[in-house]
Amino acid sequence: MSSADELTGASGKAQLDERVSTLLRGERRPLALVRARELVIYALLLLCGLFSLLVTVAIVYVLAAETVTFFRFDEVTFSNFFGSTNWNPLLGGQKSFGIWALISGTMLITVIAMAIALPLGLITAVYLSEYAPKRVRNVLKPILEVLAGVPTVVYGFFALMTITPVLQWLHSGFSVYNAASAGIAVGILCLPTVCSLAEDALQAVPRALRDGAYGLGSTRFDVSVKVVVPAALSGIISAFLLAIARAVGETMVVALAAGSLPQATIDPREQVQTMTGYMVQMATGDVSNYGTEYYSMYAVAATLFVMTMALTLIGNIVRRRFREAYE
Amino acid sequence: MPDPLTTRGASPPSSLESPREATFAAGLNSAPSRSTAQTAIEIRDLNAWYGEFQSLRNISLDIPANRVTALIGPSGCGKSTLLRWINRMNDTIPGARASGTLQLGDTDLLARTTDVVDLRRRIGIVFQRPNPFPKSIFDNVAFGPRLHMRMTRSQLQDVVEWALRKAAVWDEVKDRLGAPALGLSGGQQQRLCIARAIAIGPEVLLMDEPCSALDPASTLAVEDLIFELREQYTIVIVTHNMQQAARCSDQTAFFYEGRLIEVGPTTGVFTKPKQKQTEDYVSGKFG
Amino acid sequence: MANTPDSSPSGAAETQPRALGSNATARGPLESVELLSGQPRRRRDRRFRLLCIGTAAFSVLILVGLLGSILIQGLPHLTWTLTTNGPEPDPQRAGIRPAVFGTLWVCLICGLLTLPIGVATAILLEEYQPKSRIGRFLYGIIQLNITNLAGVPSVVYGLLGLTAFVSMFGLFGTAASDQDTQTSRYEIGVRYFDQFFSEGERAILIPVDSASAPMTQPVAGMTALNFYGEEIQPTVLSPGQPLPTDETLQYTLYADAEAGRITQQAWYYFSLPLGRGVLAGALTLMLVILPVVIISSQEALRAVPGSLRAGALGLGATQWQVVWNVTLPSAMPGILTGSILAMSRAIGETAPILIIAGIVYISRAPQHLMDDFTVMPLQLFNWISRPQEDFHSLAAAGIILLLGILLSFNAVAVLIRQKLHKPLS
Repeated sequence: MSSADELTGASGKAQLDERVSTLLRGERRPLALVRARELVIYALLLLCGLFSLLVTVAIVYVLAAETVTFFRFDEVTFSNFFGSTNWNPLLGGQKSFGIWALISGTMLITVIAMAIALPLGLITAVYLSEYAPKRVRNVLKPILEVLAGVPTVVYGFFALMTITPVLQWLHSGFSVYNAASAGIAVGILCLPTVCSLAEDALQAVPRALRDGAYGLGSTRFDVSVKVVVPAALSGIISAFLLAIARAVGETMVVALAAGSLPQATIDPREQVQTMTGYMVQMATGDVSNYGTEYYSMYAVAATLFVMTMALTLIGNIVRRRFREAYE
Repeated sequence: MPDPLTTRGASPPSSLESPREATFAAGLNSAPSRSTAQTAIEIRDLNAWYGEFQSLRNISLDIPANRVTALIGPSGCGKSTLLRWINRMNDTIPGARASGTLQLGDTDLLARTTDVVDLRRRIGIVFQRPNPFPKSIFDNVAFGPRLHMRMTRSQLQDVVEWALRKAAVWDEVKDRLGAPALGLSGGQQQRLCIARAIAIGPEVLLMDEPCSALDPASTLAVEDLIFELREQYTIVIVTHNMQQAARCSDQTAFFYEGRLIEVGPTTGVFTKPKQKQTEDYVSGKFG
Repeated sequence: MANTPDSSPSGAAETQPRALGSNATARGPLESVELLSGQPRRRRDRRFRLLCIGTAAFSVLILVGLLGSILIQGLPHLTWTLTTNGPEPDPQRAGIRPAVFGTLWVCLICGLLTLPIGVATAILLEEYQPKSRIGRFLYGIIQLNITNLAGVPSVVYGLLGLTAFVSMFGLFGTAASDQDTQTSRYEIGVRYFDQFFSEGERAILIPVDSASAPMTQPVAGMTALNFYGEEIQPTVLSPGQPLPTDETLQYTLYADAEAGRITQQAWYYFSLPLGRGVLAGALTLMLVILPVVIISSQEALRAVPGSLRAGALGLGATQWQVVWNVTLPSAMPGILTGSILAMSRAIGETAPILIIAGIVYISRAPQHLMDDFTVMPLQLFNWISRPQEDFHSLAAAGIILLLGILLSFNAVAVLIRQKLHKPLS
């Protein structure tokens, strides 16, 4: 490098210093404006945050108000609604609104679904979290994700077109619409939910606990079943509760495969109607004349909402407690 | 690109030797001579808490302008807490509060009415781990000026070049200003972060263990830089590394369990400590 | 884990010798303990592993069965007719085109509404820490509320939409489900005409003020338009008068001619209450997927390292400047991925749309925000619930189309996750 270059370099630098020095002493953006904008944005964000609360309030208000309207009708009584297993909202003379017919249908489907989803989901979760080699995980996880992303109406199709014929082939007593078929499909649908939530819970158990158990000479089975699963128990229970809530609220599968005859039965070969199934029947039918059956839809929805809300609320609180314990 | 291996005494590759530099101070009065150091930050009876835990007890300390003040002490002694109170980074921590006096010139740094945004523009901070934004090198340095000022593109370019030169990374990055900052080495990233901090023309630079995540070569480069920068900035550096404090600071304050045990010229604190605890610490008996 | 209850028989056997051992002599308690063989435990481990593999294989089998049965039934019917035709009574000619457009409209509007609100809520909860005790309480409530909203059955949202959007709580008149009887309705972008057919077989349109105005009686000199919207002067004859023979015949009417009321809705037609239209459906779907978008955006924001925020704050950025310049760009890939997955959920959602739109015959794509519509899964539901075998096969073909769309959505999400995902520190 020649000395001339160095000279221009130095004076160039000096000029740069000069320019930047003036710049940095220059005028700042007015703080008051920045502050005002900040306030406006915060207010907007807060509004969005409160919107979700508004949704809950709206759900409760709508369901409550329309349910009150429902109970104002002369043909509807509390004792009939909560004390009867006869749900017959359409036939003029013998109208009866015994919610237990629908609740029992919902419970039958849920029990069948959970008999499939809970054990399978939990075992798959234990396998994924404790046993599976990376290669298997990389195959199994996407499959579960795909299963979780399939629209419920597709499961309804699967239940009606595949599960029911198989069941009928196995045993001739199954009717075309039956609780077992819908229950199995709902179970498959809940499987990814159970699995991913339970796996989260298992993964949250600290490594040290496992290392401790392995250090004592435990087998993988001992570690998974006697250490990790008990340690993650509350997380697993919350996963179960959330899955049950999902099954109770599942709509399209039962609307397609479970039938539309509200009856209190425990025979899985029979057709049943769930609370959600009834709502779909009302929405697809011609009853839009604001009579009792229209408002009965809201009373059923209110019952459904109370049930699922209780399940998810308990599930989420248990989950939060559990996560706090380990994080 | 490897970090330049520079040693104390040898001038770093891009050091700014311009004679004008001594008289130019960004946003601050002209640099006083070494002997008459003015007080830049005045701390009196500062107490601070995180929730119920008292992290600082009755701290009184003067931080001189255009000097490097090193805060040393074992982990959890409150030195980082003090640093984070100076530019109110503690505001983001729920339950953090402080009482006492903490003043930068006429500004009360603890007052509720003090605008923290304006404050942090005047008091820059460099963190323990280099934390460049996932943007280009140019955008990283231009981040602050863009927030605070309206500048044309060429003005921005001037500021970026100036800051990068000042932080002694210009020669290493001038050909790839558009490249992602995360592609730089750790030492370069940290000097980039220093460039980013000085690009808004602060009066004070706070450094929270700026070299603890760096390799020895990068550490030397950053230490050289700190030494250079005190010409224009009041620098407060928190460090675990005694040698580092000895190498690049003018004044050292030793903290222990939230108390200020001893403060004085660096050479004095390291060679003739007045307190037993200080002596034990600087001689490596604990910490 | 000694305190874990062990129900297996070998576990019970295990405690036996230990109890003996604790009675043992001064040689130390463990000296006399009889060591158990590890064999049964290892065997149990192997059995459990087999059970696991069996279960995993079962879930793969389910997927194979699900897709296989649909493919076998649907592939032969997967023709272009499906995408070009509307729902016809003949399964050979029926298609899903209006439903595809319905899905497109509803999900597009739903996404445009949900994304800003959802991301804003996530930003509020993750980036703006509450300062006061009340603030923290409010945040806790909002957070718990969002996780619970995610668990509300979608059919319940359908009923909420029915009251809140379709009939708007009856604030603008009642009977939203039955549009003919609606008396008061706030409308923009609609014109009503009474249409006569002249003796020359031409349409004559008489503008009227509202849907409920009395029917027009033909009078001489009334304002009238022809089919092309040009103003014309119709000739009105009293009954029995002879018809003209020249060209005025085409706009000649008898005074006792009867009109029919017709409605012309512009593309920007808007009405309150919303009725069973596209907008009501989109708003309802928004409620369904909002919690999903919020939760996934929150996770994306949480994944941004705090050091980046600190860096920006340290440069004197305000909270919003930190969010806008640093956090949000860094979290964008995660937010987009989550939002696309939420959109695919919206595409597949049936129950709330069923409650809002009902099963109606829709032969064309929606023309405006209030237009009647159907969506793909709803059309499929319609076909599946019919008795004819052919419709079931058609439904299977439609399902393949739907799954194809959803899969490509997921593929885009994965691509975004991989392409845009940069290391952040």
